[in-house]
Amino acid sequence: MIQSRQSAVIILHIAAILLLFVLQFVLPDYHQLAMTRVMVLAIFAMGYNMLFGYTGLLSLGHAMFFAAGLYGAGLTAYYFGWSVPVAFVAGIGSGFVLSLVIGLVSLRTSGVAFMIVTMMFAQVAYLTTTYFTDYTRGEEGLVLPQAARSFDLLGVHFDLTSAVLRYNLSLVLLAATVAITLLIVRGPLGRALVAIRENEPRTVMLGYDTFRLKLMAVTLSGTISAMAGATYALLFAYIGAGFATIQYSIEALLFTLLGGAGTVLGPLVGTAAMFYLIDIASSYTVAYMLAVGIALVLLVLFFPKGILGTIRERWLPWLP
Amino acid sequence: MAAVTLLSTSGLSRQFGGLKAVDQVDFSIREGEIRALIGPNGAGKTTFVSLLSGRIVPSAGRISFAGEDITAMPAHGRVRKGIAYTFQITSIYPTMTAFDNVALPVQTALKKAKAAGPAGGAAVIAQRSLAALERVGLADRAGVKAGTMSYGHQRLLEVAMGLALEPRLLILDEPTQGLSDGEIDNFCALVKDISRTATVLLIEHNMPVVMRLADRITVLDRGQILADGTPAEIRANPAVQAAYLGTG
Repeated sequence: MIQSRQSAVIILHIAAILLLFVLQFVLPDYHQLAMTRVMVLAIFAMGYNMLFGYTGLLSLGHAMFFAAGLYGAGLTAYYFGWSVPVAFVAGIGSGFVLSLVIGLVSLRTSGVAFMIVTMMFAQVAYLTTTYFTDYTRGEEGLVLPQAARSFDLLGVHFDLTSAVLRYNLSLVLLAATVAITLLIVRGPLGRALVAIRENEPRTVMLGYDTFRLKLMAVTLSGTISAMAGATYALLFAYIGAGFATIQYSIEALLFTLLGGAGTVLGPLVGTAAMFYLIDIASSYTVAYMLAVGIALVLLVLFFPKGILGTIRERWLPWLP
Repeated sequence: MAAVTLLSTSGLSRQFGGLKAVDQVDFSIREGEIRALIGPNGAGKTTFVSLLSGRIVPSAGRISFAGEDITAMPAHGRVRKGIAYTFQITSIYPTMTAFDNVALPVQTALKKAKAAGPAGGAAVIAQRSLAALERVGLADRAGVKAGTMSYGHQRLLEVAMGLALEPRLLILDEPTQGLSDGEIDNFCALVKDISRTATVLLIEHNMPVVMRLADRITVLDRGQILADGTPAEIRANPAVQAAYLGTG
């Protein structure tokens, strides 16, 4: 019984990745690019989901972790001429350090206070990017030089101006994020994180150092978000302060809620759904945010657990 | 039985504003015994065991466990040392399965054992979790969402979670509250069984259960120890009769 569920879970997630792989042969150019963005933003949302969906901590500041990855990779590539793989690692490292420090400070609070503290830190991060306009060019941003558009790794030449390569690189990173998330949430650590979400005082009395676990969750979540940011900067060769605004923090939350908080694939489904909702609505009207608003009202009314959360509740209780 | 003191307190106090909920308590419990803690409502029983388990910080006094001063140790650290606490109000994870509920304390116990030898992965967690459910008779409910189980089963699950921690001292806070007579009989048998491997500190209002199970009884009144002795001594103590059992 448990064995067959285990394989159902693995098959389902491999199928989802395979579907995305096959999709690139069917999609027209425009949608291939759109899906590339969706996949990168879905990694961001999956990082967010680790903290919000599984650990139950609502952050309104995840744009700072995305931006840490974006600037960590983009600025080192732009100013130091670091190669793409090195800049990528620098982006992830920036996110790791930032989320560790932010976690140490902000986890002294909980609930609404945690939400506000993370939002304030993110605001500081955003203002920092505009304060150093001499280096970051603020909202206008920087376009990465031609040298950062290709790299050699293990004797293979990668050309990032190729749409196909960008699509497949983001797919590989998405697949890795799905695998890591699955490993964590189905293992002992995930069980402990969910226990904190459900009842933290009880979890302390079962011998868990919940502060340490929450710090791990913030760091993990922030580092995955930073990886998304670094990927975004390097694939699309642009870094700007716009990515550090609160809008991006809220988008991560919305994508997660729409797809289903606390489900592995929920953020991916939510990101794709929201992206295309905006895309389609904006081709009809400039007031496309109205369509988004209506969709969210309907979501809260009829599917408060999000798309996959509802499917799990009604039909597939084994969905991780 | 050798009289080895497992846990002791000296001058343990906790004030809430002007109220002395626990006042200068010197208490000790021997390894292997079943000790009942009784007293009228508001006597400070729950506050006292909360001090022992680390959920509340004492205003004064010291606590030592297995020869080590644990007064400043955080609650999760005490759990790992072997003090398990089951809540007065059923405190399981209703949205998680019975299996996941016991797997959580099993993971803690395995982490504790890791220092001694290699701890296993998912298979060991599964095996031990099922064993813990088996011990309270819930093995067939492993995959059931805990919140949908009957109240009696939820209480048993709570005990299984305490057991899965492999504690040296298990504190049960009013475990029979809300159980039927039949369930109480099973429960008493279970506590007897537990006491073979762990020391039990039982807070209980149900006097027949206390008289049946306890090796010794400590009576708490207004935050202070009123009496301490065997069930027969406590029954015969006039001060206890006045304060608690009724002089009738």
